[in-house]
Amino acid sequence: MSKIRVVHYINQFFGQIGGEEKADHKPEAREGFVGPGMAFQASFKDKAEIVGTVICGDSYFNENIEAETEELLTMIETFKPDLFIAGPAFNAGRYGMACGSIAATVKEKLGIPALTGMYVENPGVDSFKSKVHIVSTKDSAAGMRDAIKKMAPLALKLALGEPIGSPEEEGYIPTGIRVNFFEEKRGSERAVEMLLKKLKGEEFTTEYPMPDFDRVDPSPAIKDITKATIALVTSGGIVPKGNPDRIESSSASKYAKYDIEGIDDLTAEEYETAHGGYDPVYANKDADRVLPVDVLREFGKEGKIGKLHRYFYTTTGNGTSVANAKKFAAAIAKELVSDGVDAVILTST
Amino acid sequence: MKLELGKIPIHDVKFDSESRIEGNTLYLNQEELISHLMVDENIKSITIDVARPGDKTRIMPVKDVIEPRVKVSGKGQVFPGTLSKVETVGQGRTNVLKGMAVVTTGKIVGFQEGIIDMSGPGADYTPFSKLVNLVVVCEPVEGIDQHTHEKTVRIAGLRAAAYLGNLAKDIEAEEIETYETYTVKESMEKFPDLPRVAYVLMLQTQGLLHDTYVYGVDMKHSLPTIIYPTELMDGAIISGNCVSACDKNTTYHHLNNPVVEDLFKKHGKELNFVAVVITNENVYLDDKERSSDWTSKLVEFLDVDGVIISQEGFGNPDTDLIMNCKKIEAKGIKTVIITDEYAGRDGASQSLADADESANAVVTAGNANMVIELPPMDKVIGYQEVADVIAGGFAGSLKPDGSITAELQVIVGATNELGFNKLSAR
Repeated sequence: MSKIRVVHYINQFFGQIGGEEKADHKPEAREGFVGPGMAFQASFKDKAEIVGTVICGDSYFNENIEAETEELLTMIETFKPDLFIAGPAFNAGRYGMACGSIAATVKEKLGIPALTGMYVENPGVDSFKSKVHIVSTKDSAAGMRDAIKKMAPLALKLALGEPIGSPEEEGYIPTGIRVNFFEEKRGSERAVEMLLKKLKGEEFTTEYPMPDFDRVDPSPAIKDITKATIALVTSGGIVPKGNPDRIESSSASKYAKYDIEGIDDLTAEEYETAHGGYDPVYANKDADRVLPVDVLREFGKEGKIGKLHRYFYTTTGNGTSVANAKKFAAAIAKELVSDGVDAVILTST
Repeated sequence: MKLELGKIPIHDVKFDSESRIEGNTLYLNQEELISHLMVDENIKSITIDVARPGDKTRIMPVKDVIEPRVKVSGKGQVFPGTLSKVETVGQGRTNVLKGMAVVTTGKIVGFQEGIIDMSGPGADYTPFSKLVNLVVVCEPVEGIDQHTHEKTVRIAGLRAAAYLGNLAKDIEAEEIETYETYTVKESMEKFPDLPRVAYVLMLQTQGLLHDTYVYGVDMKHSLPTIIYPTELMDGAIISGNCVSACDKNTTYHHLNNPVVEDLFKKHGKELNFVAVVITNENVYLDDKERSSDWTSKLVEFLDVDGVIISQEGFGNPDTDLIMNCKKIEAKGIKTVIITDEYAGRDGASQSLADADESANAVVTAGNANMVIELPPMDKVIGYQEVADVIAGGFAGSLKPDGSITAELQVIVGATNELGFNKLSAR
């Protein structure tokens, strides 16, 4: 196999042009490696070759981000790279933003793997960690050797399309995107080992740090329910028979809206559930058990509520990601508000 | 309580005129097995097939996977309370047919049954692709309801496994492994310096088609209770559920519970494995509060220092998992929880439906929403057309060429929350 062609991006300082006084240095491309590229090259041995280095001043880049990204992209593309490496930027803020931005753009626009390295508090981390792999480095250039030791092997793996291990194993900052991979030990063994460490008071790493959980405060009560228009929204998967919009039985990618004008009762002939996470037998016999259209119609006639809204909204909550659920809710809420609905009864399963 | 497991490796299953085990081959008279299973009047037909590791074979929709076992000595029979009389099991000797399993399939019961691919990318995600599977295709008579259908297939699977297990009753096992649990006082005297550890095993009990049976008792009608780990090895707990295939515990998983095995490996050396506490995952809030109160009370009563909690299923049971963890930690007992994730197809979403800061030690079995491509197979045992409607499938999952694009959810045991596999996520 021929050598992997690498292009390296560095700033004016690592390009040995000068310090802050040269931060407005305009972009230039050079053949081969420059500065820290030498250590990368040594680390790659004969597997990869730095064919070109692109250098740009930190201030110059950050003041002309859009134009510069374009210009740099063209310079990088000329070298026909298989892999792109930026930095490492350590704790240099503007350099970090430049490395993150260019690496993410190269990955997206040129469709080749890209990698950078930064100190965890560099502002470039938060902006780009979900877009490109960022190796965790020390906060100053004194950590160069350590950074290259982690970056070079990961860069090669990315270039060869090999599976990427966990952040701890590979040394990158967690991307915030959950990625599956095979561990060396099965889950039960990892659990026993983690428990023994926890019992001994030793350090252990959880495999899933708890998120900041969203708590929703209930809305204030409706002042006069007898005048209110009430809508039914369900995650219990009630759909017209045959599931015309093909809502998934689990991990829903969509919700649907159905007209119930003139319908007083959801019968087994006309309605069913598409939900795969609960016993469907009773919902299929009488879908009002999940979506109580019959009772709300009665309440409407008796004047206990204003009226039932003409449409109901439905999806399946089963295995549906929180992100999708939030997206559905925002879209449904917007329509309900513009349709003048005063209150919603949310039913699950 | 002490149990010896005698392991008999099975390398192949062949059809023959007489059912028997010779060396590492199981010979099966399939007519005999079929007539043994046809005793149930709710069964219309049974066909038998064999799927071997590496075969270009897909089995779906899979209802349960069961490892054949037989009691050689000691009280009771395997699957007490469901297939045999109620009698406490878990002691004496049990012979196990290693390397094979009974897999039940047939017309779909609900939405929740999954896929076993014997080769290709899907095979990497299910432990059952590594076994020689005797597939029982069980079709119910017309007009029976889903609950009866589920029960009929469940019992047929157990019956088939017991029939095969029986062939090994008088065979000398190649390898014998011994598991022993001491009583509370005995173990304290024996291991005074070791940390005391219990295992809280959460069982799926969300309702019919999502149930687990313990000595024949539907676990949703039981309060949490204590069980010896070796009782599991004799089939005291069996799966009666069709919850999403990836994180349902099949009967095979209960027989070979990996947390039990891995705790036994350190038992008497680094920890003192005191007991298994089994609890349920009912859907009502009162039940959730009551059951988690009881698990925390039982582990406190056992005076343990640490607990491993394993979940079954996702979403609704996430709340049971977090309640168990929170209440046990509040008693000063350290916990590790095992779960899986529903982080969306792009992996960018929050993974669980509930969270608490005391859940600071989590083992994850991977993101079940991950999309996987399963290439066409030469042979399908069962019904491939249900790919679009099973949990994890979507409109267009099944392509005209027989390939399937679906979420990992569809694969049997892929993100098992007993920690049976190596799959994880970060």
